[in-house]
Amino acid sequence: MRFSPRRDMKNDLEAASDHHGHAQHMNGYSFRFGDTQLTALPSGALYWPGAKILCVSDLHLGKSERVARLGGPLVPPYESQETLLKLKTDIDKTAPNTVICLGDSFDDALAASKLGPQEMASVSNLQNGREWIWIEGNHDPGPVGFSGITQSTLNRQELNFCHIGTVAPQQEISGHYHPKKTITLKGRRITRPCFLISNSRIIMPAYGTYTGGLNSDNPAFIPLFDTPPKIILTGRTAIYLNS
Amino acid sequence: MRELPPVFQNWISNRGWSLHPHQIAMLNSAELPANLLIAPTGGGKTLAGFLPSLVEITENSHVGLHTLYISPLKALAADIKRNLKNPVTEMGLPIRIDDRTGDTSYTKKRQQRADPPHILLTTPESLALMLSYEDCARTFAGLQRVIIDEIHALAESKRGDQLMLCVSRLQALCPKIRRVGLSATVEDPEAMARYLAQAPSLSPIQYADPGPDPNISMLQTETAPPWSGGGAAYAIPEVLEQVRQHKTTLIFHNTRAQAEIFFHNLWMVNTEGLPIGIHHGSLDRAQRDKVEAAMVAGHLRAIVCTGSLDLGIDWGDVDLVIQIGAPKNVKRLVQRIGRANHQFNAPSKAILVPANRFEIIECVAALEAVKDKELDGNPRGPGPLDVLTQHILIRATSGPFNADHLFQEIKTVGAYQSITRQEFDTCLEYCATGGYALKRYDQWRRLKQNADGQWHLRDPRSAQNIRMNIGTIQDTDTLKVKLRGGRGSKILGEVEEAFAATLIKGDTFLIGGEIVRYEGLRDVVVEVSRDAKKKPKIATFSGSKFSTSTQLSHRILRMFEARNWDMLPNHTQKWLQLQAEMSKLPTSQNLLLETFEHDGRHHLCLYGFAGRNALQTLGLLLTHRMEKADLHPMGFVATDYALLIWGLDPISDPAALMSPDGLREGLDTWLAGNAVMKRTFRTTAIIACLIERNTTSSRKSGRQTLFSSDILYDTLRKYDPDHLLLSITKTEALRGLVDFGRIEEMLTRTRGRITHVETSGITPLSAPLFLEVGKIPIKGAAEDRLLLEAANAVLSKTGHEK
Repeated sequence: MRFSPRRDMKNDLEAASDHHGHAQHMNGYSFRFGDTQLTALPSGALYWPGAKILCVSDLHLGKSERVARLGGPLVPPYESQETLLKLKTDIDKTAPNTVICLGDSFDDALAASKLGPQEMASVSNLQNGREWIWIEGNHDPGPVGFSGITQSTLNRQELNFCHIGTVAPQQEISGHYHPKKTITLKGRRITRPCFLISNSRIIMPAYGTYTGGLNSDNPAFIPLFDTPPKIILTGRTAIYLNS
Repeated sequence: MRELPPVFQNWISNRGWSLHPHQIAMLNSAELPANLLIAPTGGGKTLAGFLPSLVEITENSHVGLHTLYISPLKALAADIKRNLKNPVTEMGLPIRIDDRTGDTSYTKKRQQRADPPHILLTTPESLALMLSYEDCARTFAGLQRVIIDEIHALAESKRGDQLMLCVSRLQALCPKIRRVGLSATVEDPEAMARYLAQAPSLSPIQYADPGPDPNISMLQTETAPPWSGGGAAYAIPEVLEQVRQHKTTLIFHNTRAQAEIFFHNLWMVNTEGLPIGIHHGSLDRAQRDKVEAAMVAGHLRAIVCTGSLDLGIDWGDVDLVIQIGAPKNVKRLVQRIGRANHQFNAPSKAILVPANRFEIIECVAALEAVKDKELDGNPRGPGPLDVLTQHILIRATSGPFNADHLFQEIKTVGAYQSITRQEFDTCLEYCATGGYALKRYDQWRRLKQNADGQWHLRDPRSAQNIRMNIGTIQDTDTLKVKLRGGRGSKILGEVEEAFAATLIKGDTFLIGGEIVRYEGLRDVVVEVSRDAKKKPKIATFSGSKFSTSTQLSHRILRMFEARNWDMLPNHTQKWLQLQAEMSKLPTSQNLLLETFEHDGRHHLCLYGFAGRNALQTLGLLLTHRMEKADLHPMGFVATDYALLIWGLDPISDPAALMSPDGLREGLDTWLAGNAVMKRTFRTTAIIACLIERNTTSSRKSGRQTLFSSDILYDTLRKYDPDHLLLSITKTEALRGLVDFGRIEEMLTRTRGRITHVETSGITPLSAPLFLEVGKIPIKGAAEDRLLLEAANAVLSKTGHEK
């Protein structure tokens, strides 16, 4: 039940790539979460090779449409396309049997029905031939109008999936907070969406294109972690911050 | 001459005064539809502008708003109100005067809209806001005159473009209004006259006596200035001595951070406690007010200040202006000098204090330019379209409009007179639907057309959002700084968000002349405590960074060529001689490139004299080409005169890197992806109301903006590369931050004549660049390598592929 120390990680990676040939092409970061081997993908998705499950959180599809609908600024209406393209890339690489969308998949209840025909078709194509689970989020409670199963939480083997992390998590994977981390290297500030990981909890980065973030040192995270969480940065390569 | 009413004549003669010729001229020409007055600071411009209004209101018993006065500064509006109220009260004139700025209370603003005073003093942004209300026609009914003060300052910026669009709106509401412009001395009066008048006409120009030539010199100090930096701390004793010898001194700085540090250092040696204050745009309004009031009351011997005191308030007792750091621009220097001695016919006195060795040369060049009355400036080009889109949205907020009428109105603004219908329609389309290539549904309409073809807001909720985001001032995101402890403790000022992000608990910095200790960030407020002991960490919150003007840069190159350095101090002469011996001196005809190895890295120094922005662009372009050529550039730094690039590999043929075709080509392909463009896009997106700085929900959540402008930019580039905002961004960047025009100027000037000198190490002229702050690391492969190297040391990663 321990988070893998650095020395084991290399072994994990080798093991992961030996058994699941995809991981090595994805610049992912493999780690052990309890007894489960997981790979944090550089895109912000989480892949569970043992169960062939791909998990993404906070897609916020239809965000530009919702803002426009409410009389706000007309931001470029391409973010859903971009987010779905990113998801397609990850699905193509990992060929999962199951995709779990960890809540706030749509920016509000209307957003799903207001997606353009191209985006609608993209979602259907991605769903084709695999199990698809929509976890409800605060932005999208209830069924979203697409095929797939809608649930408030999900349990698979020893892992528990939900949108907002619970108080006493047990091997729990959640989203909601859009964590990001800023580090300063040789005077350069680099900010990346990130995974926050403890022995019993993983908080996923937001996957959607137009999603802001909450800095990992924000007080909102304090009640969620007994000790400072481990951090994996997203980007071109998933990078484990060993600090 | 037009007869002044007796009450005016008596008032003037009772004081033993008489009107200046230009004041009489303004009175006599009061009926002109547009009238420009050019007068030096202290030339009685304000009275010249207002006298016709005071006379007309008195004689005709005018009802409602008669004169709208617009100034670039809130403080100036308040000051003019005070200055006008005195004569009005003393003459017992039945004239109501009031000001309206961002500081005016909501209740009072509403009152002013319903029952406006005779004379309303305001700012461009407040005017735009007034014009966004549905009742604006009633507010402005009966308006006769619009006075634009400090028009030379406004004409240089987007604020001025917005203002003139608003004036065109006013002119449509009240066709008979007359425009009056009050300007300092400028290099091209005719351009100003065209700017003021309704296009295509030209306003007549009244000139005031320019007064005697200023008495201006460079400060002589015991210690030579340092090699780099902008603080001029070395000159503190001599500056203090000057303060002692004069009644009141204004000490101008180019950036706020420098002003803070200088002020702090000044007080460290101000043992006799001369009353010296500080004034800059990051300080809290209340603190600035206090300093201004103390100044007016004559309680201060000196004010350390920035551009925030460039304009406006008339302080008759200022008898010395000190400019710390090179003035960068001769016109601004002349206008600053005018702040000293606001009495006609007495020469203004000014002293320049170079902050580093190179600035000595620049200061000497500036002194000569002032002597030769050679002012600098560049024509601004056509009106920016982001400002126009905001104007269209504001127009829609005030009620339904006809596109043809609005188009005609806009064409009466000088900067927009050549706009095509197609350009206008693109802007309108952007406002209406976002202007995306992809056709969208009804909810994607911000503006809709009535059955009769009139445009209006689809959702009334938009109106408030638009109103909350009116304006073109390019603020960096700032956070308020507050003393920790106690409720409602006072706000000390503001720092840039990026600066605040670098602070860790215990760090100290200067603000308002105090050293404070960073305690933490609470909501969106930086909390600090007082710290008396420690030396401060430098505050990098900056004012505006100007580039040295083309004209001034050419003067410097001519000085190098002439080898006549008598007016330079000995140490500077020696420095230049040493440079000539070890390498060469830059000239205007040849582009000097130096290469050398230092500290295990290979350096290229290019003396382009094209200003900081242009050389920064050149740095980005060249490092990009170097990266393609596998030369592994690691970073660069640019100043106004030179560019220094360093990398892992030697550059054997720097001339090849400089091929103009390659540079222009590189500009197009590369430009789009770089950080400068993203910064420019952010500004454009904010002005065009794509990104809202202020929203009702952002006030609650404390988040600065809803969307990351970088991501919006990347998305647009990928999916809609021809979008209006991208083309505006490119235009803006080319003349602003990218400043490619000056790279072109440099290439034309040197015509491929490149002098390459290879030396064994750092050269005298390149040495200051090594100390320069603001080094720019190269993004891309170099950054990844850095990150991965760092990752190997401090981080660990498991990606197999590179």
